[in-house]
Amino acid sequence: MMTQLLLFNVTNGLIIGAFYVLMALGLSLILNLSNVINFAHGGFLVIGGYIAYTITPYIGFWGALLLAPPLTAIIGLAVERVLIRPLYGRDPLYSLLLTFGLAFMIEDGTRFIWGPQGKPVTIPAFLAQPLSNDLFFITGYRLFMVVVVMIAVALLFLLLRYTRLGVRIRAGTLDLETVAALGINVGMLRSLNFAVGIFLAGLSGVLAAGQLGLEPTMGTGLLMPSFIAIIVGGIGSLPGTLIGGLLIGVASGVTAVFFPAASEAVIYVMMAVILLTRPRGLFGEEGMMS
Amino acid sequence: MKAEHTRKLIVLAAIWVALLLAPYWMAPLGGYTALATRVLVLGLAAMSLNFLLGFTGVLSFGHAAYFGLGAYGAGLTLKFLALSTPLALVAGMLLGGLCGAILGLLIVRRRGVYFAMVTIAFGQVFYYIAFQWSSLTGGDDGLRGFSRQPIDLGAFKLDILSSANSFYYFVLFCFALAVGVMGFILRSPFGRTMIAIRENERRSRFLGIPVERHIWIAFTLSCFFMGFAGALYALVNNFADPRGLHYSQSGDFVMMAVMGGMRSFWGPLLGATVFVVLQDYLSSVTVNWMSFVGLLFVLVVLFFPRGLLGFFQRSKA
Repeated sequence: MMTQLLLFNVTNGLIIGAFYVLMALGLSLILNLSNVINFAHGGFLVIGGYIAYTITPYIGFWGALLLAPPLTAIIGLAVERVLIRPLYGRDPLYSLLLTFGLAFMIEDGTRFIWGPQGKPVTIPAFLAQPLSNDLFFITGYRLFMVVVVMIAVALLFLLLRYTRLGVRIRAGTLDLETVAALGINVGMLRSLNFAVGIFLAGLSGVLAAGQLGLEPTMGTGLLMPSFIAIIVGGIGSLPGTLIGGLLIGVASGVTAVFFPAASEAVIYVMMAVILLTRPRGLFGEEGMMS
Repeated sequence: MKAEHTRKLIVLAAIWVALLLAPYWMAPLGGYTALATRVLVLGLAAMSLNFLLGFTGVLSFGHAAYFGLGAYGAGLTLKFLALSTPLALVAGMLLGGLCGAILGLLIVRRRGVYFAMVTIAFGQVFYYIAFQWSSLTGGDDGLRGFSRQPIDLGAFKLDILSSANSFYYFVLFCFALAVGVMGFILRSPFGRTMIAIRENERRSRFLGIPVERHIWIAFTLSCFFMGFAGALYALVNNFADPRGLHYSQSGDFVMMAVMGGMRSFWGPLLGATVFVVLQDYLSSVTVNWMSFVGLLFVLVVLFFPRGLLGFFQRSKA
């Protein structure tokens, strides 16, 4: 029984960790290239979820899964162009405050448009079934979520590794000035990079909507663990963010078995311990973002 | 130079006269004394944050934690330890300041966005503690069951509990004390060094200034001031709220400082005044006040990045 309980919570932790990873990777991309802490990232997750909710009746769950993230990314692109672009090169304080205010507006806006009550998103019936009686907690949908996250993460790393855009993003993260001097349109690069980050937020919104239902406040709860995933993994390192997200997900899952009240606090303790022993996080490099 | 000095003195005198007479001119303008008290306390908090943000140039986005710790420190003291208002204030200040000193050691070597992120995340630790430890803190409902106590001055008792005006003047006295100390520190060689670090960290380092230690001291001092402001806030409401520790509260404080003018000593007080009055008004006329506060953030960042004072000073020059 104990092992099953433990297994249940580790699985839970991995699934919630997968959300943290998607969120944190998007945040990390934007942070690394543009030096912007996007406080509105949770808001974009909510937008993605509500878009899925709105279009599901017309094109079904699968259509929404495919269409909602790019739509969210387009909204993100517009926001970047109009509001965030003027702030590049200024003290990071300003982009932080702006996205902070934006998060307020998105939360209140969704409440205004869709109402404060939670909204369910219907998922295909075969995904809602548990896979087996012993492991009742592994529904098809949870497995499906993990697979989607894995595919998305793999595609992101392939994009960064092999495409021209990806190479430029990585180069810009290391030395944006040189990249600009080589004649690459840095403004465009930042916009596309921002859009990729928001795409990931939108995707996690759709997935979260199917699992948890939708609420205007759901993004806020996921934002802080994503921050910690980045800090634990080491700012500037995307693989670090990936490991960090899974690590804190599992850690809070396991803690929930033994000491439920501390399941939120434990990730902060982990962060403190890691900052004490490795000030730059697990995979942070000397000289990056010091 | 002489004219500049006189102008400064006049402004300073105007600020203090306005503060001293606030209970009398606020009521005709549609305000109320309790609102003035809140402005004063939140203004002190914004000035404490700006001590670090504006004068040392270090962005802490988790300062609400030390504000909230001050509130809980004062509340718990009044509830469980002693029925003494001054003691509660000291306890709140110590709790906020000491926690800041310890965490400051962990984060002081970070800069820029990294510093901001780590301060946010550590600030949330205290939020979760206040939220989860219900047996002590009252959890989500907040800490209740205490109230500020009359102050015994030997010759007579100052009834700050039932008289709104006496309480306002008591808070003003505390405010003047804290602001006086803050001004004194900023004029001292240490304060000048803080500004030097803000202007050019690398050059300060080359001059042999121990930059990390100075930032740590500035961070800790600002947390002490913050704890003091938080303790006063607990007395204002006779209540301590876990949401007072949340990072969204930190965002409000940063906003007050930026909106008023980060580079000026009194700017954050002006920012806090505008922010508190506006929020008070908006939440009374619309349920969507959050959108308007968010919009205010966006507009200030895009159009008034130097704050109201910075805007006025530039347009005059």
